[in-house]
Amino acid sequence: MAITAEHGSAVTPPPEPTTPAWHGFVAGPWQDGVDVRDFIQRNYTPYTGDASFLAGPTERTSGIWAKLAAMFPEERAKGVYDVDAATPASITAHAPGYIDKDAELVVGLQTDAPLKRAIMPYGGYRMVENALKTYGYEPDETVREIFTKYRKTHNDGVFDVYPPDVRAARSSHLITGLPDAYGRGRIIGDYRRVALYGVDALIAAKKLERAELDMERSTEDVLREREETAEQIRALNELKAMAASYGYDISGPATTAHEAVQWLYFAYLAAVKEQNGAAMSLGRTSTFLDIYLERDLAAGTLTEERAQEIIDDFVIKLRIVRFLRTPEYDALFSGDPTWVTESIGGLGEDGRPLVTRTSFRYLQTLYNLGPAPEPNLTVFWSHKLPEGFKRFCAQVSIDTSAIQYESDSLIREQCGDDAAIACCVSAMTVGKQMQFFGARVNLAKALLYAINGGRDEISGKQVGPVSAPISGEVLDYDEVRTAYDTLLDWLAQTYVDALNCIHWSHDKYAYERIEMALHDRVILRTLACGIAGLSVVADSLSAIKYATVRPVRDESGLVVDYTIEGEFPTYGNDDDRVDSIAVELVRSFMEKVRRQPTYRDAKHTQSVLTITSNVVYGKHTGNTPDGRRAGEPFAPGANPMNGRDTHGMLASALSVAKLPYDDAQDGISLTSTVVPSGLGRTRDEQITNLVGLLDGYNVSKGFHVNVNVLNRETLEDAMEHPENYPQLTIRVSGYAVNFVRLTREQQLDVLSRTFHGGL
Amino acid sequence: MSTTTTTPAATDRCGAPIIGVATPVVGGSRTRATAGTAGLTTSELERSERFAQVRAGELGSLHSWELVTAVDGPGTRLTTFLSGCPLRCLYCHNPDTMEMRRGEPVAIEELLGRLRRYRGIFEVTGGGLTISGGEPLMQPAFVARLLRGAKEMGIHTAIDTSGYLGSACSDQMLDDIDLVLLDVKSGDPETYRRVTGRELAPTLEFGHRLAAHGTEIWVRFVLVPGLTDDEANVEKVAEYVASLPTVTRVEVLPFHQMGKDKWESLGMRYELADTQPPTPELVERVRGQFRARGLTVR
Repeated sequence: MAITAEHGSAVTPPPEPTTPAWHGFVAGPWQDGVDVRDFIQRNYTPYTGDASFLAGPTERTSGIWAKLAAMFPEERAKGVYDVDAATPASITAHAPGYIDKDAELVVGLQTDAPLKRAIMPYGGYRMVENALKTYGYEPDETVREIFTKYRKTHNDGVFDVYPPDVRAARSSHLITGLPDAYGRGRIIGDYRRVALYGVDALIAAKKLERAELDMERSTEDVLREREETAEQIRALNELKAMAASYGYDISGPATTAHEAVQWLYFAYLAAVKEQNGAAMSLGRTSTFLDIYLERDLAAGTLTEERAQEIIDDFVIKLRIVRFLRTPEYDALFSGDPTWVTESIGGLGEDGRPLVTRTSFRYLQTLYNLGPAPEPNLTVFWSHKLPEGFKRFCAQVSIDTSAIQYESDSLIREQCGDDAAIACCVSAMTVGKQMQFFGARVNLAKALLYAINGGRDEISGKQVGPVSAPISGEVLDYDEVRTAYDTLLDWLAQTYVDALNCIHWSHDKYAYERIEMALHDRVILRTLACGIAGLSVVADSLSAIKYATVRPVRDESGLVVDYTIEGEFPTYGNDDDRVDSIAVELVRSFMEKVRRQPTYRDAKHTQSVLTITSNVVYGKHTGNTPDGRRAGEPFAPGANPMNGRDTHGMLASALSVAKLPYDDAQDGISLTSTVVPSGLGRTRDEQITNLVGLLDGYNVSKGFHVNVNVLNRETLEDAMEHPENYPQLTIRVSGYAVNFVRLTREQQLDVLSRTFHGGL
Repeated sequence: MSTTTTTPAATDRCGAPIIGVATPVVGGSRTRATAGTAGLTTSELERSERFAQVRAGELGSLHSWELVTAVDGPGTRLTTFLSGCPLRCLYCHNPDTMEMRRGEPVAIEELLGRLRRYRGIFEVTGGGLTISGGEPLMQPAFVARLLRGAKEMGIHTAIDTSGYLGSACSDQMLDDIDLVLLDVKSGDPETYRRVTGRELAPTLEFGHRLAAHGTEIWVRFVLVPGLTDDEANVEKVAEYVASLPTVTRVEVLPFHQMGKDKWESLGMRYELADTQPPTPELVERVRGQFRARGLTVR
């Protein structure tokens, strides 16, 4: 019996040389050890055609979705649909639940009923209690007693070890959004392994890993790993038990496409039953599942309609993943996101596109079920992708705005061709890499600290180390840059300190048993640091360098405002004078982070990503030297500040594309908004031009872009609620206007042009 | 019973008022919603030296540049808005480009450098360079150099022009132009004069010359209710356009009020303040008039 112990990721093959489950598959090393990538590469069929083969929703699919859709209004109104307040979640804590037992093709819910949320107190009990009270639920006395008296949580653990500097930086909002009271997430289990090998083989492989560990001396590192392996094996057994409660035996490999989807979903379900992670991403499953679907289609045991139906049903389940969170959490993360990110497309290392018919089928769910933000469908874009797929993606973007794009080549260079995105932009090799999510530091606030000698510009408190405040009537670029550099040294050290505390505690008190059971033993860990406010700082430094910026001090000498005379180049116009400042900031902060020792020797990375927490960061930051007023939002992610990018969407994107991915391997996020008519006069032209734009950004080394193609409803909503759309920009005949500042008459005109005629 | 048609008070006036030289430059690129010469080094030269360079086409007066998609020709394009225009169109939505003195002096090398930077973009998007304005042919020497430079890099070129200064376009320049976005603002000479303050004939002549040269043309017609929408007027435009065999597309652009604020901030009187955008029915009628002649209308 062939068993390899390489990386401890061996698997005992099932009794027969080739199990019937693998009938028809091309043999290879994937049969001798856990190697899903090898299985995919040997067995998948690239698809280079167009979308014409796709099937619409069946009555069954529409019926199930309608049942849920009828529940959404109540959920939206109350904030949650229902909560089980008495049962701390685990893989097996809840009895089976169904939407419509007889009609569902893929089964399994997080609790015993759809949209009913579970409590997950291991991350922190206070968060659970606050959330329950917010939504009108009485916390359960026994649960409270257990988690306040007998069982320590991750949150308790972190605060036992935080040093004072971290506490000060945290409470002044210099470092924010830290996963110290909630699940860190951003870990992708290789859920495909369960379908390909079955749980028993995975347990056997883990036991082998354990045997390796037993041969080593019992040092602290080894002990931790032994305990983790034991937990992983326990979780795998619970996964089997959970599936059994739904009437499925998943100890062996899946034998059909239908089973493969079900097996894979059970594995993912186990993860979201137990972990309330900030992002619970799915991985890269479409091309893997396509192998099974194609096998059944070829055998005549499946029709295209049925194949789509199974995928639709799977996606319905992914859409109703829910976690119990507090309103503060939702404000930080903007909405109630779960980031069930699925990575689609891209090219393999051999140059073949990893696009299959099932890549199309996943996107088709946006038509069959209507647009939705989850699962977070993410296309790995390359200008070398097949034309039919590129055009379908562009079409879906225009119709739904629901796709985000990432650079396939940048990711492949870093993580190989079996990588997936966790959350929005964090790439990792599936099953071989995980990250320690680190939220982000507020670079703009840090600049104000540098100017004020380490004092907070709002409270006046000394937070950073004491240094001489910048004196003089006019800010001098070199002087400010030097003071900033020193402040950032301290910030990087304090920040990494905070993250080391958090992840040490998280591993100890809220370990992701099932997700890590679906990883190799030896993995790459990254410490994912992040920066917010990049465009504010770049523009501020540009103002100081190219215009005349005078600080305005209060009676205590604290700089509270700035006056600017003259013009200065702003980030977002493909203008190297200021873009180079942004690039240098990214480089230098990464450099400072790299100097810090990390927990478990994690590799330092950094993201320029804020989703929409840019609003929260802005709220806690005073006036900045670029003219931004106190409290005003930052730009999201790596975006230029709203209204300062005046040379078109692509010029703006090209500024962002200059940020070096090598120094921001946790991702660089850009959000772009267009109206359909801004892409062309006919639908065909719009598709062609969006493909062109994505290709153009791609060849310019742009890493990520969210493409929002505005629809009529959005514009109408903006007319009714202008306060929600301060940044909505519309192009009209050669120039852009801020939509909410137009008169009602003009807005109606834009509306009718945008959706009826050319501009 | 017949009703008396109210004649607009200003029928005897042609085109928009020309701002006196004494009027301070209050608008210009800095106030345009989307604008500017960011990324381009503007030139600060002595007056005499500057004139010499302008004559040689080494220096141009630029309002702004932008990377645009879908509006000024195929694909994604670097559109350069030059300053200065001989026409004073009542409906102009970029009145801040009317005067050359409001632009920023930019050296040809600066613009060519930017063009070079976007070669890869043009290649994958099927785009190129569009010279707009203002009126590109106000600065023929500069435009000629720009076109030549673009062609040397293998970049698709377009100019967006009223054709009024067509005689300033040399044959060499024509060879370097792949596409002309030709604004035919009216078919009726009287209406043309009323709209632009100038004569129609040079535009018609330029169109014929383009067709004879084999240059691809996209015709643009701005539809303004009460000004250019007369059926007979449109019919004349359509008849003319149909006589140009190299026209591949006609764009009927419905008038809008989005440029209104610019006229105000420039301190210029805006005559169309009360004009409504055309109804969808009117737009359809006019598009139909072009389609009826076998033209592709977008």
